[in-house]
Amino acid sequence: MYKEICSKYEATKDNLIYILHDIQDTHPQHYISDEAVTAISEYLSIPPNHIYGVLTFYTMYSTKPRGKNIIRLCESPPCYIKGSENILRKLKVLLGVDTGETSKDGQFTLELCACLGVCGNAPVMMINDNVYGDLTEEKVVEIIEKVRRGN
Amino acid sequence: MSLKRIDLLICCGSGCISAGAIKIKERFHEVLNEKGMTNEINIIETGCMGPCDYGPVMVIYPEGIFYKKVTPEDVEEIVNDHFMKGRPVKRLMLQDDEEQAISAKKDVPFYQKQVKVALENCGYIDPESLDEYIATGGYEALGTVLTTMSPQETIELMKASGLRGRGGGGFPTHIKWQMVHDAKADQKYYICNGDEGDPGAFMDRSLLEGDPHRVLEGMMIGAYAMGASRGFFYIRAEYPLAIQRIKQAIAQAHEAGLMGDNIFGSQFCFDAEVRTGAGAFVCGEETALIHSIEGSRGNPTPKPPYPAISGLWGKPTVVNNVETLGNIPTIYRKGPEWFASMGTATSKGTKVFALTGDIRNTGLVEVPMGISLRELIFDVGGGMVGDHKFKAVQLGGPSGGCLTTEHLDVGVDYETLKEKGAMMGSGGVIVMNDQKCMVNVAKFFMDFCVDESCGKCSPCRIGLKQMYGILERITNGDGREEDIDELIRLGEAVNKLSLCGLGQTAPNPVLSTLRYFRNEYESHIRDKACNTKVCLPLIHFDIDKDKCIGCSLCARKCPVNCITGSRDEKYTIHQLDCIKCGNCQEVCPVKAVGRIPGMHPEMIAKREADKQRLASED
Repeated sequence: MYKEICSKYEATKDNLIYILHDIQDTHPQHYISDEAVTAISEYLSIPPNHIYGVLTFYTMYSTKPRGKNIIRLCESPPCYIKGSENILRKLKVLLGVDTGETSKDGQFTLELCACLGVCGNAPVMMINDNVYGDLTEEKVVEIIEKVRRGN
Repeated sequence: MSLKRIDLLICCGSGCISAGAIKIKERFHEVLNEKGMTNEINIIETGCMGPCDYGPVMVIYPEGIFYKKVTPEDVEEIVNDHFMKGRPVKRLMLQDDEEQAISAKKDVPFYQKQVKVALENCGYIDPESLDEYIATGGYEALGTVLTTMSPQETIELMKASGLRGRGGGGFPTHIKWQMVHDAKADQKYYICNGDEGDPGAFMDRSLLEGDPHRVLEGMMIGAYAMGASRGFFYIRAEYPLAIQRIKQAIAQAHEAGLMGDNIFGSQFCFDAEVRTGAGAFVCGEETALIHSIEGSRGNPTPKPPYPAISGLWGKPTVVNNVETLGNIPTIYRKGPEWFASMGTATSKGTKVFALTGDIRNTGLVEVPMGISLRELIFDVGGGMVGDHKFKAVQLGGPSGGCLTTEHLDVGVDYETLKEKGAMMGSGGVIVMNDQKCMVNVAKFFMDFCVDESCGKCSPCRIGLKQMYGILERITNGDGREEDIDELIRLGEAVNKLSLCGLGQTAPNPVLSTLRYFRNEYESHIRDKACNTKVCLPLIHFDIDKDKCIGCSLCARKCPVNCITGSRDEKYTIHQLDCIKCGNCQEVCPVKAVGRIPGMHPEMIAKREADKQRLASED
């Protein structure tokens, strides 16, 4: 599978970030495994340590298996001012996880991230590629329920 | 294309989408289908219209009527009353101070002091339509430049306009162009910096999403001036819609022959592609960004050599911000004199600001340089939310500084802001009311910078961590008398010694709050009191015996059983056990429980005793 993804891109070093994104997005557990690193290393002819260097530098990549849906709650000042702390507390209780952890049913991983650039509607979170703004504790319950049902 | 009676422009910027704009658009399609009106009404998804707080918003032409906070339930009423009977729905309009409905978009106070240059088409055209961009004068400037001007003339015109980089530094755009133009190389590159990471800034996202062809045209004009034939858009992976829109714009431009070989029949050939980040704030720094495109860690490298001499893959490279590029087509279409007639002596043109925080009209605005903070916050921004007073404004994100009421009449331009201890940055404006603790805010910004430091140079990696530690100590009630001086000393050292802009500017929020709110730091340290009642260790809860009715609700809701008493004796909080969860205050039916600034004297005495005991044990 990894080789197949790699071969979509030209074998040049500057495609590394793209390949990593693609592999992570394709993997059902949204992470980059040791095998993936080896495959990329062979394909691009760059040492695995360079790939690990890149992989661990950028916050969006994970070397550990994650849930089906990735929740990224903004922890930047404009969201903080509008009460993102309460939203975080609610999410933790709702999913029964701490930040960085995956819910028991494997549905959600809760992460914090820097500004998502939707500050006019703070507090904000992203679930996968969708942005949810003007969050309240009630709204969060609704959104999680919807995503859980696959809507 | 058939002409339709009504144009319905729905804002589908990320802000309005997050507030539910897509559902409303779908509902309009449904209702119009049911009523058989699809051939009368043109539904257009536009980019960001600006007033995010009112989202989802829409404008209906020909009258230009502005609706705010529309819900799917409102759609049928709009169709029935407005579209069919010609009676606009008053309750969805904004209201003025006398509670009269404001119907037309042009009369909305939020728009009145704004001058749109970079955001000219944002919220007015369909960003996915090349035809609409061309209809508003798009690619006219590129055509004129390629067919009538030499590269050097193109640079001269840029010089006359006085445009400076909108990404933060304010470096004159024409100088960068000239440097790359003069450099001898077989290949030169143009990079558009769309790695907008400043918390509270979202103009680049909105521009890329709302008017991608404008950014592309700006890049091509610049590329012609300096002789670059390849361009890169480096965009954060957090902005999937922006990435999709710019990719689509590139494909459309190719198809229409506006990109590729011999553009407009000239010798100029140009191609561009999109690269994405993967979550690293430091990649907004140009050398770090270049390393990231090359497929490495986004660590900055010392300058010189400047990217203009040795940039991407060692070739001369210009890195321009999205908003800078957004200004370029209009400058060439309307002339440099027109652009330079706006703004101040050293800062020409307009600037896009993102208003956030405790301000009524959060959103995206574009105003002439030199506008006062008062106008920006109170006229355009509509003032503060609720009854709270204005306390401070953080300009320029985590690299900027806080300004206060005494600066409200300061004109916003690069030099003035720097002089006052803030900076333009990318244009994030975070407004704070009198409920905010400035020590806590400074700590919060510092936390962001500690997280985002790439760790390459020690002043930033270690210095910021030390500063954060001191701030944490102060907000926990363990502040020491010498802490303020130590923060200043460290801040200045980090500023002088860090490798890149991130580290150099990271101490600014602390230094500027120390400059203007030193008394708050002092009360945290000396009096162990947070007067805004934000820092939990520096407040306590207490029950007013005169108000208490002895209902015992607080005692029953206390998770640590630290409230005791009886109906006759009333209730008391045992301060040493209190965890300050605030439950008691929430449940008290007569508001007898108060949140009081300052650590309780009992607590201070206990901590003092603990300290002495520890010292004697040593």
